[in-house]
Amino acid sequence: MEQVIKPSVEQVIKPSRKLRKFSIGQFVTMLMLAAFAIVILYPLLWMVISSMKSYNEIFNDVWGLPSTWIVENYSLAWSKGISGYFMNSFFVTSVTIIAVLIIGSMAAFVLARYKTRWIDIALIFTIGGMMMNPQVALIPLFNILTNLDLINTHWALILTYIAYRLPLTILLLRGYFLSIPKELEESAIIDGCTEFGIYRRIYLPMSVPILLTTIVLTAFFAWNEFLFATVFIDSETLKTIPSGLMNFRDALRTDWGVLLAGMVLASLPMIALLIFLQKYLVQGLSEGSVKG
Amino acid sequence: MQRRKFNIIPVLFLLPSIALLLVFVYIPLIQNFYNSFFDFSVFSQTKTFVGLENFKNLLADKVVSVALLNNVKYAIISVILQVGIALVLAYILEDKLFHRVAPFLRVVYFMPVMISISVVALLFGFVYNPQMGLLNSFLELIGLENLKEVWLGNPETAIYSVIAMSQWHSIGFVTLLFIVAIQKIPKELYEAADIDGAGKIRKFFSITVPQVREAIFVNTLITITGSMLVFNEPYILTNGGPGFSSTVMSVHMYQTGFVKDNMGYASTLAIIIFLLTAVLALIQIKLSRTGKDD
Repeated sequence: MEQVIKPSVEQVIKPSRKLRKFSIGQFVTMLMLAAFAIVILYPLLWMVISSMKSYNEIFNDVWGLPSTWIVENYSLAWSKGISGYFMNSFFVTSVTIIAVLIIGSMAAFVLARYKTRWIDIALIFTIGGMMMNPQVALIPLFNILTNLDLINTHWALILTYIAYRLPLTILLLRGYFLSIPKELEESAIIDGCTEFGIYRRIYLPMSVPILLTTIVLTAFFAWNEFLFATVFIDSETLKTIPSGLMNFRDALRTDWGVLLAGMVLASLPMIALLIFLQKYLVQGLSEGSVKG
Repeated sequence: MQRRKFNIIPVLFLLPSIALLLVFVYIPLIQNFYNSFFDFSVFSQTKTFVGLENFKNLLADKVVSVALLNNVKYAIISVILQVGIALVLAYILEDKLFHRVAPFLRVVYFMPVMISISVVALLFGFVYNPQMGLLNSFLELIGLENLKEVWLGNPETAIYSVIAMSQWHSIGFVTLLFIVAIQKIPKELYEAADIDGAGKIRKFFSITVPQVREAIFVNTLITITGSMLVFNEPYILTNGGPGFSSTVMSVHMYQTGFVKDNMGYASTLAIIIFLLTAVLALIQIKLSRTGKDD
């Protein structure tokens, strides 16, 4: 509790701009914030530092800096498999993003603009998909994909990723589309604009922020998804980063430095994406409130 | 709404979404219920009807109660830390006193969120390593050697080690969501409280908590749902072991189906996971106010 009745030092002596009341509570809070920051940061820092050490140095001197910085760990990690996982993740993630954007925005457009009993049913149908989660569908999906002859192809991941991202995407986009003023399209219709033209020329350009949010959320999901990537893909050459890293761990055994280098490499694209688009991620998450 | 001529656009525009959701979301769900009455294996197309056999097995399965209890532990600890502590943390970071360090700390706390859980789990393999692990080395450093532990190899500590990693991974993220919510609180409320001479703790409970009520509720909901579905963390870090000590429902389901090849019973376990989360998801859909814009 702060005292408010007793005049503080600041009120008696004219304070300089920087001088602030410095209480024990504040000091302790500051210490706790700092300690917490170290707990969060240190393992990440350790990962980067140790990725340039030899196995012996990691094992025998866990804290120390490397005696020689072995940058080759990175090229080794890249050539021993990370490059392939990277390409696979990149392909799966990009196709998923593009498809989710197109398919999801088309559905959201109709669900935001029309009002009939059928549209209501379609709305419940699409958004109700949020109740489902990948774990529950895992075994039937495995059978369905086997029957479609898609098991052990990238399409097994792409199609399921799209399907599981659609409900939230449609929910977010529709909410945003509803806020687009009706006058715009009315004047466009008078000018002879088609339905498709309204979607492409008015709705999409006006919704760039929410489309970016969708891109971030979808990229994050597809890049990091682990369960489907583990179960639906067997072949080493098709694995994406999350399941590929597990193989990498088993193949390398004691080559820790290389493994850690691979882990750092795997993290870089998402860190870059989030640094640029963090704002959109937070917005999407506070609106859609879904954990990645 | 005026009646339009029937036009093909709505049908065409909705078709891809409906088709994908039908094939990959809804049919699997129905199929999963159907499967739970059968006994079958991954690669055989023949299914043997066993009636309620799988459900009877459920009651006799000791691993289910261990797994469920672990999911509950996950949920309780996560709610305390990711809703309780994260809210306090957000409140502190939004305080004027810390406005200089807050931007930096926000970025630091958010960092783990950017990193894939598979990388985080591999990293924590090094943190918990009994010989050279960061945690044991640190305990040695500060003279608490008797606290050293085979974190992931001890049935007593395995699940808590996994849960601790999840907290490390997610707390910054929830903190950020709370910061967003706190920033929306009208400043006048705090100014009025200042005039009344309310202290920081008083302001936290009388203004902040009621004002971010909705965010608290939603975050609690997501955190519980996430705890019921958790798979990657225990699977990568301990594979549910030692024994079944750190098994959760989804790991149990995966191992029953894809390791022991007992697909029928695994489908039954999947139903339990579905029931645990469907209700929570329903509340969440009801809450997400479609059609509002910020």
